[in-house]
Amino acid sequence: MNVERRRPVPASLAGVTTSRRGQSPAAFDAPVKVAVDGLNFYYGTKRALDGISIQIRSNLVTALIGPSGCGKSTFLRTLNRMNDIIPDTRVEGTVLIDDQSIYESRVDVVQLRRRVGMVFQKSNPFPKSIFENVAYGLRINGLVKTRAELEGRVEESLQQAAIWEEVKDRLQESALALSGGQQQRLCIARALAIRPEILLMDEPASALDPIATQRIEELIYELKKKYTIVIVTHNMQQAARVSDQTAFFWLGRLVEFDRTDKIFTAPAEKLTEDYVTGRCG
Amino acid sequence: MRKHADRLFQALSMATLIIALAALGVLIFDIVKDGGSRLSWQFLTNIASRNADEAGVYHALMGSIWVILITAALSLPIGVAAAIYLEEYGTRSRVARFIELNIANLAAVPSIIYGLLGLGLFVRIMAMGQSVMAGASTLALLALPVVILSTREALRTVPSTIREGSYALGATKWQTIWNQVLPMALPGILTGLILALSRAIGETAPLIAIGALTYIPFAPDGIWSKFTVLPIQIFNWVSRPQPEFKVNAAAAILVLLVLLLTMNAVAVVVRDRFQSRGRG
Repeated sequence: MNVERRRPVPASLAGVTTSRRGQSPAAFDAPVKVAVDGLNFYYGTKRALDGISIQIRSNLVTALIGPSGCGKSTFLRTLNRMNDIIPDTRVEGTVLIDDQSIYESRVDVVQLRRRVGMVFQKSNPFPKSIFENVAYGLRINGLVKTRAELEGRVEESLQQAAIWEEVKDRLQESALALSGGQQQRLCIARALAIRPEILLMDEPASALDPIATQRIEELIYELKKKYTIVIVTHNMQQAARVSDQTAFFWLGRLVEFDRTDKIFTAPAEKLTEDYVTGRCG
Repeated sequence: MRKHADRLFQALSMATLIIALAALGVLIFDIVKDGGSRLSWQFLTNIASRNADEAGVYHALMGSIWVILITAALSLPIGVAAAIYLEEYGTRSRVARFIELNIANLAAVPSIIYGLLGLGLFVRIMAMGQSVMAGASTLALLALPVVILSTREALRTVPSTIREGSYALGATKWQTIWNQVLPMALPGILTGLILALSRAIGETAPLIAIGALTYIPFAPDGIWSKFTVLPIQIFNWVSRPQPEFKVNAAAAILVLLVLLLTMNAVAVVVRDRFQSRGRG
């Protein structure tokens, strides 16, 4: 990395970033999957997002960072229209996924959410068996015809989420009996079961211990081969470790969006630099 | 000083609890003393009679069971559906808020009023006559506000993370309610239903108002059959001049109490089973 550093960045950040970058050269010229233009979002009269424009590319991991209340989670939730269920909210601007606007009135929100999966901050398995948790999305969307097909898709999803080995002998047990980290991976499996194209992750590891966090991060690294991933995180090191591109949000605005190594080593904006080095926020 | 006040308050609340329990204890003791000896298998299987010794509660017991089952069958689906509408679909509309206020008021309306409504609406206009259906419909009206209020309460306790998880998988609103929200709310809904039914099974006034206070020499054989229920039988016996019938009344009260406790026990068992399901 021969970018000139304007200010020293903790070695742990830069180091991890470069090592990961070395393993897998990210395709920064990949096609644009999500194109957002002039996005404003309001809770009642309060503006939470202010003129966000960003292009998210296929099969890259895009991290959204910024202090609490900066709008990164709100932005994430505009991508699968999860904010629709919150009363008194309003969206302006355009969000295109594969060149199709998702906020037109003829868009079927249910179809959209099938294409754009989501994993939440707090793992939220349904109070049912492990099997039923993964099978739910397949059943309600009518994606499988036979029992064998259903079982196959459940296994495939659990394997993709790297939890199959731990649960294969107790699929009928309650999902609530799993540990926090397992529950979160189950929720990822559940999201993958309906084969989305984009996976939104809202601080998926913030409630987990370091080992469980590491497993989730390794998983994200695997998943980006098949999915476009957008992840909100409070953890700067995590953003540096898992993402290819990073967007820095501040007070509802997108301050800077660039390759992750650039954001962490040579940000263009003073505000970004202050934030990633821990001087503010 | 504050410590003393604290202890004083604790003693006071304890005392009031003891008074309430003592009153209940004396009541039960008194009834058991009066009617306990009269209880027998014959008393349950014999039909009403002019002879106090031969009289039993069979018809009234069967009538009560019929009426309460039909009441449950009517008030559960209607009550739950109404609560789902108010809680999940219409929460923000002005109409919903107006309905909500009125449901709270309805829960406080004296039961005789429901009886008069039942007489006018079910017995006369809908020509159900003095049937099980008319009685159960009237009691269902009485139970509905409680069922609706407790169902809404139960729906509200389902965490939003579960709803979001379901929506995020491409579930529709109805799929989310049916597959995730209702099963989680079920224990609370059942508790509310049983509470409402416990009240309904002891009601006398509305059933007298619709004309169920007549001598019925048979047990109901369907929903259009005439009927009598335990509270009416008790009311009937208490109003007789002969002291032997007072004993019968006490014994019938015991039967009603046991029926009530059985219902509550069933509710607790059902609730615990649903609560542990998915958790164990």
